[in-house]
Amino acid sequence: MEQHTVSRTKEFLHHIRRNRKVKAGLALFAAILALAIVGPLFTPYGPLEPTGEAGRPPSLEHPLGTNTFTYDVYAQTVYGLRSSLLIGFLGGLIATVIGILIGLAAGYMGGLVDEFLMMLTNIFLVIPTLALLIVIAAYIEYRGIMIESLIIGLTSWPWTARAVRAQTLSLKNREFVLVARMSGASGLRIMVGEILPNMFSYAIMVFILQFGGAILYAVGLDFLGLGPTKGISLGLILQQAVLWNAIQLGMWWWAIPPGLIIALLLASLYTINTGMDEVLNPRLRRLE
Amino acid sequence: MGLLSYIVRKTGIYLLTFFVAVTLNWAIPRLMPGDPIGVLLSRFATLPESSEVVYSYFMRSFGFDRPLWEQYLDFWRALFNGDLGVSIYMYPQKVEDIVLQALPYDLVLIVPAVVVSWIIGNWLGAVAATSRRLDNLLMPLFYFLTSSPYFWMAIVLAWLLTVVFPLFPSSGAYSPGMVPSLSTAFIIDFIKHWTLPFLSLLLVMLGGWAIGMRNLIIYELESNYSRYMEALGAGRRLILSYAFRNAMLPQITGLALQIGLAVAGAITTEIVFSYPGLGFLMLQAIQNQDYFLMQGAFLVIVVMVLVANFVIDLIYAAIDPRIRSAYAGEA
Repeated sequence: MEQHTVSRTKEFLHHIRRNRKVKAGLALFAAILALAIVGPLFTPYGPLEPTGEAGRPPSLEHPLGTNTFTYDVYAQTVYGLRSSLLIGFLGGLIATVIGILIGLAAGYMGGLVDEFLMMLTNIFLVIPTLALLIVIAAYIEYRGIMIESLIIGLTSWPWTARAVRAQTLSLKNREFVLVARMSGASGLRIMVGEILPNMFSYAIMVFILQFGGAILYAVGLDFLGLGPTKGISLGLILQQAVLWNAIQLGMWWWAIPPGLIIALLLASLYTINTGMDEVLNPRLRRLE
Repeated sequence: MGLLSYIVRKTGIYLLTFFVAVTLNWAIPRLMPGDPIGVLLSRFATLPESSEVVYSYFMRSFGFDRPLWEQYLDFWRALFNGDLGVSIYMYPQKVEDIVLQALPYDLVLIVPAVVVSWIIGNWLGAVAATSRRLDNLLMPLFYFLTSSPYFWMAIVLAWLLTVVFPLFPSSGAYSPGMVPSLSTAFIIDFIKHWTLPFLSLLLVMLGGWAIGMRNLIIYELESNYSRYMEALGAGRRLILSYAFRNAMLPQITGLALQIGLAVAGAITTEIVFSYPGLGFLMLQAIQNQDYFLMQGAFLVIVVMVLVANFVIDLIYAAIDPRIRSAYAGEA
């Protein structure tokens, strides 16, 4: 069984390295990650540190100008990017883990467990996540990054559960699972030891999508004024920009670059995901 | 017969979802740390004539040291009486009135945006699938569109079309001096205000549909029936038209999943343009800690999404013969 998994992983990695979409997506993602890590080194200002100049357009001193409150938009953006990435990572991780656990249990155990878990999944799949998040977040008085990640993770797992269940169903009657069952392995052991490793690349893809989804939900919550009560994030910059009429006042540098970074970040994640999908489903590759 | 049991089954699931949504709406304020309900009730104490408000079923469902199950039952009773409580922000207006006034603005934005983006997106996706050059050209654009937060797209459009080229108004559903009527002047004014929020939703959604259609067609073109047609000597156009029809079905299922995201997109887009739908209402509710208004808006949004899902299920059943035969076989 070990052998089987290892060789498949090797083959997968081999194709992944040659896929153009994965390469392009990873390059873009690495650039954005680098901006988050080293970006703050290129500005003397903190994200919430007044510079004394209000509403200045981009210049050498302020690469993205300053806003109405004299904050440096570049500093806000690079620090905000850090917290958005952190929320995406944590929220995406929580959602992926919950989704995988529920999907695995439903698919492998079947019967009443399956019926119940899938009913739950289908219900939460229909309830609009952002609307639910708004109601939950509005009742939390002090919101930090951890709380935001947690509520996002707790509400955005359903599609993952459904997808993982389908994967589990297709794996559970394979020979290696039957062999494990005949050798007397427990259900838990088979799920975690046999089925899960064979879904590894799939789980990574799910995580990439959940990572992007969590960033989008966080940005949406922040934009509605339900983000972290302290600190800065990309969504908070945009919220302030719209609240204080940045666009009408012609301060495009306050509202457009932070959102552009989110769009590029999401695009990089989707591109990596599509590339991985092509590797796993050869039918998606263009032949021509 | 077959179709009927399909409809009954779907209706059952949606009723259950509604039940869960209402229960969540009731439970969330009670589960949260601190004393949100105390804060809530104390806000009413400062308003005039609060004693009348306090005696509605809805207010009774918020405590007064009564057992939880009684509060819960009163919550449902209030709901069946169409009572969603009273707004603090727009006191003494009733939440149900405020929410129902906002709903049409969401419908005129979301329904056309979903339908038009679905049609154009599917068409563009199919076009991209036909040639490699177009594919390489269009796909990065589609990925960029689908990656953009809705409200950021709204900000970009607002900047381009109300500031750089001032062609459209930047806020509201109609000019302040206008009175809603069916006159030509009002309709033109309304459409001008509607265009930018509509375009923001349209552009972001379009990318997703196009990507989905492109992938589905490429997948179908590799399938056995396409290969068989090719072997028979069928033209590429004919094979593509078959692939397109088969790719439509998953795209209709995709509609159901997209509705929730479209609603979320509309909530944030409305804020950028101060468009008076449920999203803009929710922002007012959040800023004024008007919890009843917020929860009323949530409930209406859920019902809207459930109805949309149901309609999509009906369309799907009408189009896909397998549904009818599957349920006929069961019966």
